[in-house]
Amino acid sequence: MSTYRAPLSDMQFVMNELAGLSEIATLPGYEEATPDTVAVILEEASRFATDVLDPLNASGDREGATRLPDGSVRTPEGFKAAYEQFVQSGWNGVNKPAAYGGQHLPQLVAAGIEEMWHAANMAFDLCPLLTQGAIDAIELVGTPEQKARFLPPMVAGTWTGTMNLTEPQAGSDLAAVRMRAEPQADGTYKLYGQKIFITYGEHDFTDNIIHLVLARTPDAPAGVKGISLFLVPKFLVDENGSLGRRNDVQCVSLEHKLGIHASPTAVMAYGDHGGAVGYLIGEKNRGLEAMFIMMNQARFSVGMEGVGLSERAYQRAVDYARQRVQGRAVGIDKQGKPAPIIEHPDIRRMLMTMRAYTEAMRALGYVTAAAMDNARHAREPSERAQHQAFVDLMIPIVKGWCTETAQEVTYLGVQVHGGMGFIEETGAAQYSRDARIITIYEGTTGIQANDLVGRKMTRDDGATAKRVAAQIDKVAAHLASQDDASLNAIGVRLAAATAALQNAIDWMLASYAAKPRTALAGSVPYLNLWGVVCGGWQMARAAKVAVDRLAQGEGDATFMRTKIATARFYAESLLPLAEAYAQAVVSGSPGALALTAEQF
Amino acid sequence: MKVLVCVKRVIDFNVKVRVRSDGSGVETSNVKMSMNPFDEIAVEEAVRLRERGIASEIVAVSCGTAACQETLRAALALGADRAVLVETDTALEPLAVAKLVAALVRQEAPQLVILGKQAIDDDANQTGQMLAALLDWPQATFASKLQIADGKADVTREVDGGLETVEVTLPAVVTTDLRLNEPRYATLPNIMKAKKKPMQTLSAQSLGVDVTPHVTLIRVDEPAGRKGGGRVADVKELVAKLRNEAKVLPPA
Repeated sequence: MSTYRAPLSDMQFVMNELAGLSEIATLPGYEEATPDTVAVILEEASRFATDVLDPLNASGDREGATRLPDGSVRTPEGFKAAYEQFVQSGWNGVNKPAAYGGQHLPQLVAAGIEEMWHAANMAFDLCPLLTQGAIDAIELVGTPEQKARFLPPMVAGTWTGTMNLTEPQAGSDLAAVRMRAEPQADGTYKLYGQKIFITYGEHDFTDNIIHLVLARTPDAPAGVKGISLFLVPKFLVDENGSLGRRNDVQCVSLEHKLGIHASPTAVMAYGDHGGAVGYLIGEKNRGLEAMFIMMNQARFSVGMEGVGLSERAYQRAVDYARQRVQGRAVGIDKQGKPAPIIEHPDIRRMLMTMRAYTEAMRALGYVTAAAMDNARHAREPSERAQHQAFVDLMIPIVKGWCTETAQEVTYLGVQVHGGMGFIEETGAAQYSRDARIITIYEGTTGIQANDLVGRKMTRDDGATAKRVAAQIDKVAAHLASQDDASLNAIGVRLAAATAALQNAIDWMLASYAAKPRTALAGSVPYLNLWGVVCGGWQMARAAKVAVDRLAQGEGDATFMRTKIATARFYAESLLPLAEAYAQAVVSGSPGALALTAEQF
Repeated sequence: MKVLVCVKRVIDFNVKVRVRSDGSGVETSNVKMSMNPFDEIAVEEAVRLRERGIASEIVAVSCGTAACQETLRAALALGADRAVLVETDTALEPLAVAKLVAALVRQEAPQLVILGKQAIDDDANQTGQMLAALLDWPQATFASKLQIADGKADVTREVDGGLETVEVTLPAVVTTDLRLNEPRYATLPNIMKAKKKPMQTLSAQSLGVDVTPHVTLIRVDEPAGRKGGGRVADVKELVAKLRNEAKVLPPA
């Protein structure tokens, strides 16, 4: 059986060499996050992921979460104990404010840690992930009293949080939310209605659960401008923080899903017995704004789920490919003895593809995380604004591209296993099934692509998009001018891919203004184009660092040579997709609309 | 009561150890290093003694290069109160370590010294015993249970064929076996706090100890690879092979 080992060398290489951890550690408030301390933190997190979370992944998938007749939910064997250990170890509040008991570490460090949780046991980590989203929302718009009452136990993890957005008729379109919130004389509200797809809406980890719920007050205008955000605790909480009576909110069923079986996905009924007590969080009718700020963080995290699942699928595939003996290795063994399948060229191609994509996604994710830290804490306002513009552009790309690419990587993980990959016992299929949700929740790939084209790119007339493309082009030109054969090859490929991207940016800006339907028909290939080029950009930067380190005789020479070879494979085998995507955007978009709805 | 815990930086137990191509030793550059697992058990036991109100201060000690600070930080993250690094670039033998720790014990005056029974790199299993002899203190090695009361330690030891319980008068030296406890994970807040805990560096010379090695390492080789097995026709052939080829039975 394959055991998850966090790729600490690559994580630290990316943090230190590409994402600028030592500069992040000079930002006000992040002084503790020096590379040596971060190394210890990552090491300890990797032990927890390997020893506690990874062994529960397959058993949790088999057993799943169970709703009992009384409406309570039992998580799979071992999950509650693991959660208690997770909380006791202080992992819940990694990047949360010290004022509420968090460790206030940079987003960059938190990204590395969360990658490990996702890789080891994504279904488990969804609980802390949702809690963190709820914490962010309360911190953003809650009153000082609400923050003081709810944040400390949520940051500690002794209470968890949920996000209640979706209703049967309101999926991607939240304007259709119907949940009612009726004001009471004491300033609280009573909520009535049903929410679906509520991750960890009910569970046995903790004594209390804090639900954040989108609902409408009676006088609210129709559409998105009439939605408010409410805090509804499972158990009411008095002023000194102790638990009072059970609130009128129930888990009425759990969904049967393709993956993430250990994560209870609840249908939640509010107010079936007189009304669920809720407190308005933030301003009335402005609930969606708070939700969307928080959503950026959640979308980033889902992108990191793609990285974690890909890494885990890759490790398991390599493990299997080393052990499984089948056929003769062409061109290696002349005596015709059976060889492990890792000796077969096509298995090598698959493993290399998985590896190169995973490293590229990791690098893009961490670089974006570092930009989030700079956007919050850089000294100059102009610097902060520039980093924020980069983050805003990258969020749909990290979410959309990393989750779509994880489909291919986890698919290849099954493929390397052959027939055994289709058999659940090998564990390869679970990553593929678990990965299937990540292109859907927190906004489908289509929604991400809409966000990229309709908001992130057009709101500054493409200025940030063009600036980033020019930055990539500069790296490409620099590498193409190098004598080193690998760097030169990478630079040439990256330059061609960037030219395709720049061409597509111009087309998209013009088309979105003139024919938005045509532009949006090409928005997903456009997002994938961005992703594959940004991944190539980061791999090119990594290769340059690795070549320099080798020349200086610094670092682990084997690691550096492996990085260069992987980056070159990415440039020569994966980056050519950029030109195809660009072609599909520029010439293919009208074709998607060629048929009438009746012709389908 | 003050407890002194010794921790050694060794190649991580997950790493496949490789011999340097020139046979001068095992490869340690760019290899993951960690705290000796037996020493983690020693730190854990000391922390539990403090949690039970028996120990009042835990001092973690390591002898070796400046890189051992990482190992000491790990001990501080697990709960040690302060750390002392006895810094030297000389490759230390167990006797040298025992002498260094003995000198430190005379300065620190702990009531209890806990060490791993051995380190997973050299498997020498000597330092604790030598330390007790140098200090002329009682020793209880291979501990699987430790109880302290009234200036004495009841120690259950894992010995061939079962368990033996001895009582030693403090101050004493205890070395840990695998089953003494299961070390905790360092918590994130404690990792952060460990940065701020005091760490003192001393030189071997300042303790007046000569650490010059007494043993010269001539060569290190990989163990010979396994040869393929074979089937034997009957017991007679098996015995003959064990006698003549494997030479694990005396000649007939």
